[in-house]
Amino acid sequence: MTNAISSLELDQVSIWLGGKQILSEVSFAIAPGEFTGLIGTNGAGKTTVFRAILGQIRPSGGKVIIAGRDRSKGDTSVGYVPQKVQIDPDVPLRARDLVALGLDGRTLGLSKRSVADKELIEETLVAVGAETIANRRVGTLSGGELQRVLIGHAIISRPQILLLDEPLANLDIKSEHEIVDLLSTITTDQNLSILISAHDMNSLLPFMDRVIYLAGGRCASGTAEQVIRTEVLSELYGFRVSVIHVDGRVVILADPPPMQAKNKVT
Amino acid sequence: MRIVASFLIEPGFFSSAVVRNALITGAIVALVSAMVGVFTVIRSQSFAGHAMSDMSTLGGSGSFLIGINPLLGFVAASFALSGTMELLGVERRRGRDVATGIVLGGALGVSALFLYLDARSQSTTGAAVTILFGSLFAQSSARVPIMIALGLGGVIVLGIIYRPLLLSSISPDLALAQGIRVRLLSFLFLSVMGVSVALTSIEIGTILSTALLIGPASSALRFSRTPAIAMLCACSIGLIASWLGILLAYDSYYWPPKQRGWPVSFFVVVFIFLFYLASSFKERNSLLRRKNISLDRDTNLEVTS
Ligand SMILES: Nc1ncnc2c1ncn2[C@@H]1O[C@H](COP(=O)(O)OP(=O)(O)OP(=O)(O)O)[C@@H](O)[C@H]1O
Ligand SMILES: [Mg+2]
Repeated sequence: MTNAISSLELDQVSIWLGGKQILSEVSFAIAPGEFTGLIGTNGAGKTTVFRAILGQIRPSGGKVIIAGRDRSKGDTSVGYVPQKVQIDPDVPLRARDLVALGLDGRTLGLSKRSVADKELIEETLVAVGAETIANRRVGTLSGGELQRVLIGHAIISRPQILLLDEPLANLDIKSEHEIVDLLSTITTDQNLSILISAHDMNSLLPFMDRVIYLAGGRCASGTAEQVIRTEVLSELYGFRVSVIHVDGRVVILADPPPMQAKNKVT
Repeated sequence: MRIVASFLIEPGFFSSAVVRNALITGAIVALVSAMVGVFTVIRSQSFAGHAMSDMSTLGGSGSFLIGINPLLGFVAASFALSGTMELLGVERRRGRDVATGIVLGGALGVSALFLYLDARSQSTTGAAVTILFGSLFAQSSARVPIMIALGLGGVIVLGIIYRPLLLSSISPDLALAQGIRVRLLSFLFLSVMGVSVALTSIEIGTILSTALLIGPASSALRFSRTPAIAMLCACSIGLIASWLGILLAYDSYYWPPKQRGWPVSFFVVVFIFLFYLASSFKERNSLLRRKNISLDRDTNLEVTS
């Protein structure tokens, strides 16, 4: 971690919300181009970590360092796909408009978009595989289609880091794979670091360079091999979790409590 | 053609200074309302628009009571409300119903008192009718430039904050992530909405101002492909409804039963309503078409499987 500048570093970050400590001295670093999973149960503080990185919550202790500098407001080097984006089908906003707003959503005035900008918008739509839905109203898109458009919105300004808050929740297995595939292509094509949160990591396993675990306000960070082990996971979740290797792939299973297991056998 | 025109346009329509003023202020009011309206509907703040017009009634009746320019009363009250709403966060969904019931009911109650006091002090001057239903034909020429300035000011502010406001209206999370100051924008927007409602209150009265704010915008949103097109459509609808309303109101001086002229607001709202009906008809049609297509697909599936 000392040899190169990390694209993102949290240094002893502590956060209190509503009189409760949500994160205590959380530290981790992500190298450029790394695909990192932020794993934790519901309420573990994943969204809170993102909001701290985005500068929406000020940590009561510690620092967020982006590309070697302290986080400043309106920093465009971080792209963000929020956990929940609900857009009414009545809003006349096409997928391409939402992607374009990733480029000039901050711009004041009614300036026309340049030819170069328009080309960039088309390129981005293609890059996220949304060219066929570019003219559909955003509110009418399916969950997987909306994720692609939101990713386009987030990467069009060429950030160095892309944060995705549970982008795979509510997707079926096929769309899950397509989105993860897309993300891993983007990481290599644009040399982008990705921090993706999830509570279920099976579909992320083949791609993760690094895993950050959140539990009880603390975090454990390491390479996938270091963290995805039966002992580590079981301790984090507080009950027995098995890591199984099948056909050269890793599968994580929550062992059912003994009572249910007995019933299953019959 | 000429006969139709002379039938529709009664003599003296274009040469009358009162009509000219009405056409100009009617246009500016329609344009601001339509633009503000599109954002109001996208942000699901129709409620705030309605609250604003209730508050405007309070400002209007108060200004009659203390004898100041009603436009000033309308604007002051709307500004006060937009500030309060942003502070209390009333525009957020949760607080809405409670606030409507209590605060805004209260505003109307106080307005009723003001109007009552006013009616007793001076003999009835029709203040209630003016406030509730507007006074488009009674604009003094001196007020026209002020109305134009206020209206243009609103349009310019909206033009400047257009993109950040659009993004934060669609998703505050996405806007915040880009470092956009969502709350400041929300306050600015409510202020422009306040100006627009104040202007509308002058034109067609506080009761119907919500119609001019929401009506053209919601019709336009139904069939427009982009927010910019929706703005243009809403402006056109608002403009057509206002001008036709003024024309018919002028004509109605020659109509039975009273030979006294029907209220402009009636005609304006009728046209807005007709546009709205037309747009829902169009939407129903396209929905039906979509349904047919999906039915076809289903039958295909059955055949192949
Ligand atoms: N504004 C707030 N005030 C008080 N507590 C908060 C606030 N925001 C979040 N919390 C609490 O902080 C904890 C972490 O929340 P967070 O949203 O970060 O969890 P998460 O890991 O993203 O969960 P999920 O998987 O359900 O999205 C939760 O217990 C939540 O109740
Ligand atoms: Mg979350």
